[in-house]
Amino acid sequence: MATEVTSHAKTPRQASAWINRASPYMFIAPAVVIMFMALIYPLGYMIWGSFRDWDPSQTIGEAEFIGLKNYVTLWNDPNFLESLSVTLRFAFLCVSAEMVIGVGLALLLDRNIRGMSVLRTMFILPMMIAPVVVGLMWRYMYHPTVGTFNRFLEDIGLPKVDWLGQNALTSVIIADIWQWTPFIFILALAALQSLPRSALEAAKIDGATAWQQIWHIKIPLMMPVLIVTALLRLIDAFKVLEVILVLTEGGPGLSTEILALRISRTATEFRELGEAAAMSNYLLMILMLLTVSMFAFNKLQEIRAARVRMIAEEDA
Amino acid sequence: MPEIHLDGLVKRYGTVEVLHGIDLRMEDNEFTVLVGPSGCGKSTTLRMIAGLESVSDGEIYIDGKPVSHLEPKDRDLAMVFQDYALYPHMNVAQNISFALRLMKRPKAEVAAKVRHVAEMVGLTEFLDRKPGALSGGQRQRVAMARALAKDSRIFLFDEPLSNLDAKLRGQMRAELALMSQRVEKNMIYVTHDQIEAMTLADRIVVMHGGYIQQQGTPEELFKRPANKFVAGFLGMPPMNFLNCEIEDRGGETFVVGSGFAVKLHGENANKVKSHGRRDLILGIRPSDLIFSTEARPEDSLTLDVKVSEYVGAQSVLMCECGGQTVTVELNSETPMTLGETLVFEVNPARVHLFDRESEKAL
Repeated sequence: MATEVTSHAKTPRQASAWINRASPYMFIAPAVVIMFMALIYPLGYMIWGSFRDWDPSQTIGEAEFIGLKNYVTLWNDPNFLESLSVTLRFAFLCVSAEMVIGVGLALLLDRNIRGMSVLRTMFILPMMIAPVVVGLMWRYMYHPTVGTFNRFLEDIGLPKVDWLGQNALTSVIIADIWQWTPFIFILALAALQSLPRSALEAAKIDGATAWQQIWHIKIPLMMPVLIVTALLRLIDAFKVLEVILVLTEGGPGLSTEILALRISRTATEFRELGEAAAMSNYLLMILMLLTVSMFAFNKLQEIRAARVRMIAEEDA
Repeated sequence: MPEIHLDGLVKRYGTVEVLHGIDLRMEDNEFTVLVGPSGCGKSTTLRMIAGLESVSDGEIYIDGKPVSHLEPKDRDLAMVFQDYALYPHMNVAQNISFALRLMKRPKAEVAAKVRHVAEMVGLTEFLDRKPGALSGGQRQRVAMARALAKDSRIFLFDEPLSNLDAKLRGQMRAELALMSQRVEKNMIYVTHDQIEAMTLADRIVVMHGGYIQQQGTPEELFKRPANKFVAGFLGMPPMNFLNCEIEDRGGETFVVGSGFAVKLHGENANKVKSHGRRDLILGIRPSDLIFSTEARPEDSLTLDVKVSEYVGAQSVLMCECGGQTVTVELNSETPMTLGETLVFEVNPARVHLFDRESEKAL
């Protein structure tokens, strides 16, 4: 065995040992580089920019450093707060309605009917349409005079509805529900079909009506899947942009100006890159909170399952 | 307690008929065991009584009232499932009390009932555990307790012990037998295990291929099987079947096959005479073949020992008799070597004869 480790002239054996140790780092290096360029650098750039009074005509170095001023200004800006409230209302109303309808549909369609697979495929079609197209479609349907909805209301003798004016937020929420309920439907259906059949049969024999089976057996057993689904949808709903951009452009007034839209306008129309960056960071914080709570929920489930298994093994 | 009557029960899946008109009457407080190999329709029959499968034809009567159009919850029954079917999100107490809580019984009554049945099956210290934290045997007890708590008059078991290991199964079987004596209910029990059937049943119903083969007390079925299937299904090790012909030898009736000629006595001889056909199947249980050195040739089989399975006090020997395999039991202490020829005395009163074509007992 070679013992002289002082000289730089390594023996072949030492060289191969060095390569062995280094090889994992060499393999992950490209991924690290790409992650840095695509993720860390832009994110750092945005956080750095949010501390500056930054006009698009300046480079980031020329912009004046103003500390937390952008964040404080935003917190006192009624327009930003309104936008934040619109976003929160939009996200929670959409996701609640989608959960109720999606899970309801799944409960109804969890059975063997002829042509079920065709029906299921049709149900998930809205999810596969590009958001811009969805926006355009609904804009024409909501059109005050020639839109499908108002013409229909007129035909059956009801007053017209000012869809994208007075009721803009509701209209936007309806479009989002139409597009994203299928997502919840698919996941809820998958969860339902993996429920233990015999537990449901036992519930039938124990005297549970169809409703009681849903409340006492099906929903509680689906809960882990439903919670993760709802969180995923919430994260998505906070970032929605295209459909609203095409439908209302945030109007009328600020009634549908969700955060993503306000960020883009602050950057392009108001030319306040620093403020836009600070706003993005606020949104990022909300989303981080949701994401972390989702992971925390999953972890909690794992810990609980592990503890239950441990108790069982101690007994055995 | 009620009387259950199945009248021409038929089950079809599409065009395939799996149950061909089951007629069965289960009396008050009777422990009925439906037994048969997998696919014989026993579980389907039970699930139709429970209301988990629809009835294609025929009718189920409980106390004279047709019930096949009723939902399971309106039939007043409790059921124990093969995989226990516990509610994984509820603890043991909640599992046991689920039916009572659905019935909106007063809280104190529910709590008392849970305590009572938990004590009965020995679960008192596990009441706040989730099923996931229980062993197989404990889960089995929870399933039993849940069914007991319901106080229904009919108790259905769908292979309740088949997921347990052999030792636990024996223990639970004994507990079940005890319980069935204490609880006054009409119990119907499905199993493929003939030992469970023999030990638990007041009445065994042997099913095969969607038909009832025979029903009666364990003793009746064991001593007077109606056909070759029932004879071969009940009893361990299973009955030996040997093809044979009837021959008259000087006024005496003999069954003769390759390698043996056994004289028939009394009742058996009369049955053969009145039957008419000469080609039969001779059935002898291993327990009715006694190793003997002084047996007369017309009352015995001469067997070549091929394989010996040591199972303790007794050894099970696989032997050959004129090209057909015969299983016998032998005290393990008896000196014997493989390949040896041994003589076993036939108990003439316990010989079974079957028609070779219809396989029905004579």
